[in-house]
Amino acid sequence: MTGDEACAEGALAAGCRFFGGYPITPATEIAEHMAERLPQLGGTFIQMEDEIAAIASVLGAAWAGQKGMTATSGPGFSLMMENVGLAVCTETPCVIVNVQRAGPSTGLPTMGAQADMMQARWGSHGHYEIIALAPSSAQEIFYQTITAFNLSERYRTPVFIMTDEIIGHMSEKVIIPAADRIQTEWRPKPSGRKDRFLLYKPGKNGVAPMPAAGEGYNVHVTGLTHDERGYPEMSVDTQAQMMDRLCRKILDNRDDIIMTESHHLDDAEIVLVSYGISSRTSMAAMQQARAMGLKVGFLRLITVWPFAEAQISALAERVKGFVTVEMNLGQIHLEVMRAANGKVPCHLVGHPGGTIIAPDQVIATLKEAF
Amino acid sequence: MTTQTTRKYLRERFMPHIWCAGCGHGTVLNALIRAFEALGMSRNEIVMVSGIGCSSRITGYVDVHTLHTLHGRALAFATGVKLSKPELNVIVPMGDGDALAIGGNHFIHAARRNIALTALVMNNRIYGMTGGQYSPLSGYGISATTAPYTSIDPDFDVVALSMAAGATFVARTTTYHVNEMFDFFQKAILHEGFAVVEVLTQCPTYFGRKNKMGNAADMLTYYKENTVALGARSEKEHPHMIKRGIFIQEEKPEYCSQYDKVMERAQKGRP
Repeated sequence: MTGDEACAEGALAAGCRFFGGYPITPATEIAEHMAERLPQLGGTFIQMEDEIAAIASVLGAAWAGQKGMTATSGPGFSLMMENVGLAVCTETPCVIVNVQRAGPSTGLPTMGAQADMMQARWGSHGHYEIIALAPSSAQEIFYQTITAFNLSERYRTPVFIMTDEIIGHMSEKVIIPAADRIQTEWRPKPSGRKDRFLLYKPGKNGVAPMPAAGEGYNVHVTGLTHDERGYPEMSVDTQAQMMDRLCRKILDNRDDIIMTESHHLDDAEIVLVSYGISSRTSMAAMQQARAMGLKVGFLRLITVWPFAEAQISALAERVKGFVTVEMNLGQIHLEVMRAANGKVPCHLVGHPGGTIIAPDQVIATLKEAF
Repeated sequence: MTTQTTRKYLRERFMPHIWCAGCGHGTVLNALIRAFEALGMSRNEIVMVSGIGCSSRITGYVDVHTLHTLHGRALAFATGVKLSKPELNVIVPMGDGDALAIGGNHFIHAARRNIALTALVMNNRIYGMTGGQYSPLSGYGISATTAPYTSIDPDFDVVALSMAAGATFVARTTTYHVNEMFDFFQKAILHEGFAVVEVLTQCPTYFGRKNKMGNAADMLTYYKENTVALGARSEKEHPHMIKRGIFIQEEKPEYCSQYDKVMERAQKGRP
């Protein structure tokens, strides 16, 4: 199946029973697959009037107790950003898939890119922490969609799945395990006296239990700065407390959230850093470089946000340099530079978007730079 | 009259409210919770979803499951709630900007789907929260901070727009006609489909002051003297007056029940 279909199947396996969407190339197939499959499973599919409404309906479904998802691409991703901030602020679990295409603006709708990575990090206004995953194959999209739901439920936060047109449309073998072999998580549920329930009083991992409409908790959920009770409170102190908790529930759990894959890092002198479709380029380039006798390793970022800063800082102490491979003109590259902190040179093999980066381009940079 | 049983719907711990003295929104709140009481509704079966603005703050003061979301997006958010739990009564209070400027697209599409949401358009013809800018319901010749030479924008007719978009219950009333509002709210909540109640509600602070409408009492008197009930004898005598009443109330397939049929078809086999 295609990456887009694998994404839809992964969502269903994770327990997603609500999809609010709006057609957009190259993410439409996710909506189409959900439109067919969700009603079979008693779930809800709705095609909304635009992407803003699509994500808003997903947040509404979440507060009615559902696991919900939407899928889009660049222009739709831009439209969703205000609601992403609402989800962060109100701690609403949801999964947002961005099958990236080349921009800016309408760009190349049918051709891939990885240029929304910083938008995923900072696209909504205000300061916040976010989780973004970048799978690199149809099979991995299936599994990472399940992981995205689990992280979203565990930390009560929106989670992005940043795929791209190439893996979204590529057909590959996907193995779907039996349902009882798939681990799914649900948001923590409140217990105790309903009239004394505090909407944002965190549990042990910094995450508060979440009631659903109709359960009798009768809470007030607001995107205004709010206190532990959920009451709007226009004060500097409340803002500081809310921000601290929102950020720390992600930052303090980075070890749990950040997933990477290492290849030949033990003896590596030069480390390729990549994610998503470009990690397939990087893998091939690493193998070619190794065959040429170059001590090249590869760090694949599965979780892109929060960034694997500690890992790259540690590598910077002992390697000769980094090469970031990504289909933009330098986004994660700048993060690698920041983490390397001037200790070793950092190079970029970038691309303005539209086609996959060839391994030869990586080899050329390796030869030229080191 | 507010009784002890009506008060259970009030979230008094959120008081004092933010509305100005003389604002009509408190009258809307009063009629709404009295409608809940008259219908014998449990607090646990009501969800209120609002956007941003003076009107949207009403959700804070009702002790049910309340969601205070983004400017203009309340109906889209509410659509997700309703489809996930169709057994809940979902009420969506909105201001004129919320409903028909930034939220206009969501408004017409929710009406088109005929999804069973109760949309309350609290029309004070002005953006109050931001300090008195003209809205798409202000109309031509209105003074506002962003129309210092008076507005050149015609206004929407909420009733005609709602009906054209497919709403199956559409009513209009004012904060002067409190019992009528109480009655319309009950009928709208009971209606199986997209229900719109437009309430003309006074903003003495901005609309009134900018347009020399007098104080809150003067504005209420204006509603009394410049509106006419549908079917009243005076309706024909005063064709230019603002009409109040229930303009449409019809049974048509409701969206959630239509979706049930989609599930039935899907579970029988391929389309």
